Amino acid sequence: MINNKFFGRKRAEPARPIPPGQYLEDGFPVLSAGPTQRVDKATWNFSIEIGDDTVGTWTWDALNALPQTDLHTDLHCVTKWSKQDTDWRGVTIDALLADAGVQPPAGFVMASSDGGYTTNVPSADVIDGKGLLVHTYDGEPLEAEHGGPVRLLIPHLYLWKSAKWIRSLKFMDKDEPGFWERYGYHMYGDPWREQRYTND
Amino acid sequence: MSQVSTIDWQIATVRSIHVESPRVKLFTLELPAETPFRAGQHFDVRLTASDGYQAQRSYSVSSSPEPAPNPTSIEFAVELIADGEVSSYFHEAVEVGDQIEIRGPIGGHFTWSPIAAKPVMMIAGGSGIAPIMSMIRHRSNADVIKKTPMLLMFSARTEADMLFAAELESIAVNDPDFHLIVALTRSEEVASGNRPFRHLRRIDGPMIESALSNLATHPSRSYICGGSSFVEAMANHLLDLGIPNNSIRTERFGP
Ligand SMILES: Cc1cc2nc3c(=O)[nH]c(=O)nc-3n(C[C@H](O)[C@H](O)[C@H](O)COP(=O)(O)OP(=O)(O)OC[C@H]3O[C@@H](n4cnc5c(N)ncnc54)[C@H](O)[C@@H]3O)c2cc1C
Repeated sequence: MINNKFFGRKRAEPARPIPPGQYLEDGFPVLSAGPTQRVDKATWNFSIEIGDDTVGTWTWDALNALPQTDLHTDLHCVTKWSKQDTDWRGVTIDALLADAGVQPPAGFVMASSDGGYTTNVPSADVIDGKGLLVHTYDGEPLEAEHGGPVRLLIPHLYLWKSAKWIRSLKFMDKDEPGFWERYGYHMYGDPWREQRYTND
Repeated sequence: MSQVSTIDWQIATVRSIHVESPRVKLFTLELPAETPFRAGQHFDVRLTASDGYQAQRSYSVSSSPEPAPNPTSIEFAVELIADGEVSSYFHEAVEVGDQIEIRGPIGGHFTWSPIAAKPVMMIAGGSGIAPIMSMIRHRSNADVIKKTPMLLMFSARTEADMLFAAELESIAVNDPDFHLIVALTRSEEVASGNRPFRHLRRIDGPMIESALSNLATHPSRSYICGGSSFVEAMANHLLDLGIPNNSIRTERFGP
């Protein structure tokens, strides 16, 4: 349906195309379902579980001792903004699995955070360099309101999949809905296919 | 809540437009079918230019989920954002009778139902009152013996910027379990007349602490809505006051 009186704002052409229904944002908006979590690096740790077994746990220092990866990428939030050319540093999920001495499991992953937030993705979407635990944004320690000290980053999916204040990844055989997914958001969340809500 | 079906785009018709404040207009949209929603949910709006360019944004429903069984219209409270692509279309182009594509309802975390009897606290900044107004109206319409004790702390620039002022004040005057505290952030003096208490400063920790004394117990849940920095500041005040993290729900409208 065409809105005759709507012309769209004249805007700078994005450096690269942005997904359908998105607009470019220069700032870095904050979207969270609750308060910003207060996470203490001194007691923070992160674990990987496969089924019911914890296969590895890392403290802040242990995470920083692993090989670090820099990532230059675009972000797409389901609330319609996209942000291009963001710079992150962190550790790939591959490096964590390797450090734990386990093969990347097939199936699905549930990410869990301080504050009770969860989100689900296929395992394939966090391995082969696609998923990272990041602690540095634009050369600075990641701010708490953006998920610091450590958040998950899976930039090819809508940003709600990149859980802030991450504490664990649990690999599982069957897919299960996380926090937003239970409220009708998409199980996969590919911005290029505009998978915002269930069955989009 | 499980939504198994697709949330389809529908064509809504603008039935009325009301200038609620210098920067906010209320739009009543008629939906093509009865559409149940929960107080606090939002809809997505999609505008399409003749060259195919599209813009989508979210707007919270400010009207009540009644009249029962299901509403056939919804109200949006749209704040005009400087240079805002979609809000300026609403403010400058939309007329009664126009059609707009929407889909929803969407979201389920920032919702409230009057079945919950324990006291609740609402903190709204500017147009952030929209989803909370739906909850307040839902509470007013609820067919219950005793209404849920509710505390609303409402931050607005000036008296004229306070949305739904008359309606909120009338509830506050007539309902002993509804407590309204208004914080005017850019006002020199309180307008005259017999009005509920106004503060002439931003909502801060001490203001929240004293407002909480209106409730018999700590709120079982707190809802905060407004711009992102407002929500961030308010959530931090609540945490500092010892309000549990998992009892605080937030909706952030913009940067
Ligand atoms: C779940 C949800 C519910 C919402 N409900 C409502 C509602 O009930 N009423 C309402 O008015 N808005 C609501 N919003 C915000 C709305 O979706 C738009 O973001 C807003 O109308 C601005 O869109 P725009 O196209 O006019 O501005 P844009 O063209 O997107 O932005 C123009 C500029 O203004 C800045 N900006 C965007 N939003 C704001 C803001 N709120 N305050 C200050 N600066 C801003 C942008 O960063 C940008 O620089 C909601 C947002 C979400 C995510």
